[in-house]
Amino acid sequence: MSRTRHFPARAFAAHAVLIVWTLIALFPVFVTVVNSFKSKRAIFTQPLALPGPETFDLVGYQTVAAQGDFVAYFQNSLVVTCLSLFFVLLFGAMAAFALSEYRFRGNMLMGLYLALGIMIPIRLGTVAILQMMVATGLVNTLAALILVYTAQGLPLAVFILSEFMRSVSDDLKNAGRIDGLSEYRIFFQLVLPLVRPAMATVAVFTMIPIWNDLWFPLILAPSEATKTITLGSQVFLGQFVSNWNAVLAALSLAILPVLVLYLIFSRQLIRGITAGAVK
Amino acid sequence: MGQLTLSGVTKKFGPVDVIQGVDLAVADGEFCVFVGPSGCGKSTLLKLIAGLESATAGRLTLDGRDITNLPPAKREIAMVFQSYALYPHLTVRDNMGLALRQAGRPKAEVRAATDRAAAMLSLDTLLDRRPAELSGGQRQRVAIGRAIVRRPKLFLFDEPLSNLDAALRVNTRIEIAKLHRELGATMIYVTHDQVEAMTLADRIVVLRAGKVEQIGAPMELYNDPANTFVAGFIGSPRMNFLKSAALGMSSHTAGVRPEQLQFVEGPGAIRSTVSHVERLGGETLVYLHTADHGLLTARLFGEHDFAVGSERGITFAPDRVFHFDEAGHRLR
Ligand SMILES: Nc1ncnc2c1ncn2[C@@H]1O[C@H](COP(=O)(O)OP(=O)(O)OP(=O)(O)O)[C@@H](O)[C@H]1O
Ligand SMILES: [Mg+2]
Repeated sequence: MSRTRHFPARAFAAHAVLIVWTLIALFPVFVTVVNSFKSKRAIFTQPLALPGPETFDLVGYQTVAAQGDFVAYFQNSLVVTCLSLFFVLLFGAMAAFALSEYRFRGNMLMGLYLALGIMIPIRLGTVAILQMMVATGLVNTLAALILVYTAQGLPLAVFILSEFMRSVSDDLKNAGRIDGLSEYRIFFQLVLPLVRPAMATVAVFTMIPIWNDLWFPLILAPSEATKTITLGSQVFLGQFVSNWNAVLAALSLAILPVLVLYLIFSRQLIRGITAGAVK
Repeated sequence: MGQLTLSGVTKKFGPVDVIQGVDLAVADGEFCVFVGPSGCGKSTLLKLIAGLESATAGRLTLDGRDITNLPPAKREIAMVFQSYALYPHLTVRDNMGLALRQAGRPKAEVRAATDRAAAMLSLDTLLDRRPAELSGGQRQRVAIGRAIVRRPKLFLFDEPLSNLDAALRVNTRIEIAKLHRELGATMIYVTHDQVEAMTLADRIVVLRAGKVEQIGAPMELYNDPANTFVAGFIGSPRMNFLKSAALGMSSHTAGVRPEQLQFVEGPGAIRSTVSHVERLGGETLVYLHTADHGLLTARLFGEHDFAVGSERGITFAPDRVFHFDEAGHRLR
């Protein structure tokens, strides 16, 4: 802190870089949201202009609302994301606890095996997954998506959480054992609260790809009743004509829930990222 | 109540023998201190007694009951950790009462036990705080209180004072000694602090590389060490080891405590050069370089002046010398 005060030029450069990066990152979001409030003509003639009195138009949102199913799509997305997130965090943390806490034969190998999924994209297994889902009759159910996303999120969760759990004091866990706490209570009441920042980090990294995914909803659950919001928005994208107003409005709405979830986790997340940096 | 025996206890971590066959009997009400250099297995031995690690071989009994395979909570022991290890989400009262509540005791009894322990350690005013709102010394007192509340047969302490500053360490040490007198419970205490070991212990167990080197009362170890390791480890500053051959003695090594070295002039004295002087007020430590024996330490009472680099003759009374053979064993 005090060093930056001595080098205003350096602080300025750092801020300039950060601001430029923020602008680049926010630009697509900005364009999406701004254009969702404009008429179709204005979207194409002045894509960067703010909606003015002439160009302001809610037709996109009206189309989305009229489509009717959008509330259901939202619900599907929320159910899939929240349940997947819950299972990823629960099972990820449990596996991480076992790996970091107990000495058993093959511990290292098990850890490597569980982390392998970080490097191998789950989409490579799409055909096999589809066959399994067909065989188990889970096609066109939200359960199919939840299962796949849980599998997809687990490797990173196990990897990050087991590193963090190693840093939880052994003495604390041992004190719990001497006082007669079960391993479950040690896990849930002593260890989990202490790795909360890491949990938030994992939650954010897990949640966003799930919410945004188009691939698995399209393949595993394309039915009307199980469509997610990302898939649902695609109805406005035709091969020849696209209803851009509706697409942009749907996408703008789709940003909201993730934003809310992100805000919930971000306080913890920032603590996690800066843990150790500020002590 | 609280008689512990260990027979042939060993512990391996993979291929490494961390504890190599320890036999030990701790009497009821005894204050037993484990000392030894860092990494010698003191904490591991304590965890074996607590049941936090399982012994590779050997047997442990407490009051005649075999506890080798019992889980920690069933062993009727309590442990105080170096890092306090208080539950961060619970108040001081709940921290102290947790074990009894886990054991399913009635609320009133838990409350009474907690209040009694809090009064003993003057924690009464802190009962509703969380650990984060306490100072280091207060946290350690809560940790000790948490141990007392359970009325265990055996108290285990793993370097409980090493995170405290010097003044607080002395106070807490006295408090622990007082507790031991009041409770009359059996205590096992791990430390690498000489003073703690000497002042608190009824008996000291000196460990080296997972083996017991010697067991005895503090003064027994000081006045009658079994080998060079114990002789060098007990007593501060450390015992001087001189080459017997250069002194015309029959043993291999001659051990002389720093306070037994005297400054004399004349023939027969060992020639030495003063290389450093530490004045501590009550005593003065003089580090002397000798041709035959390397660096020796002399400890004098009161204040003394020695010019660094000056030549001094030193000697010692022959009856205050400990003799050791080549393997380091004491020759009596
Ligand atoms: N879980 C473990 N796995 C493998 N080796 C271990 C484990 N715990 C301890 N050790 C080894 O056992 C030896 C004894 O460790 P221990 O913690 O008992 O030492 P200590 O005497 O308490 O030392 P200190 O005074 O530094 O606390 C060390 O060499 C350590 O590396
Ligand atoms: Mg230790």
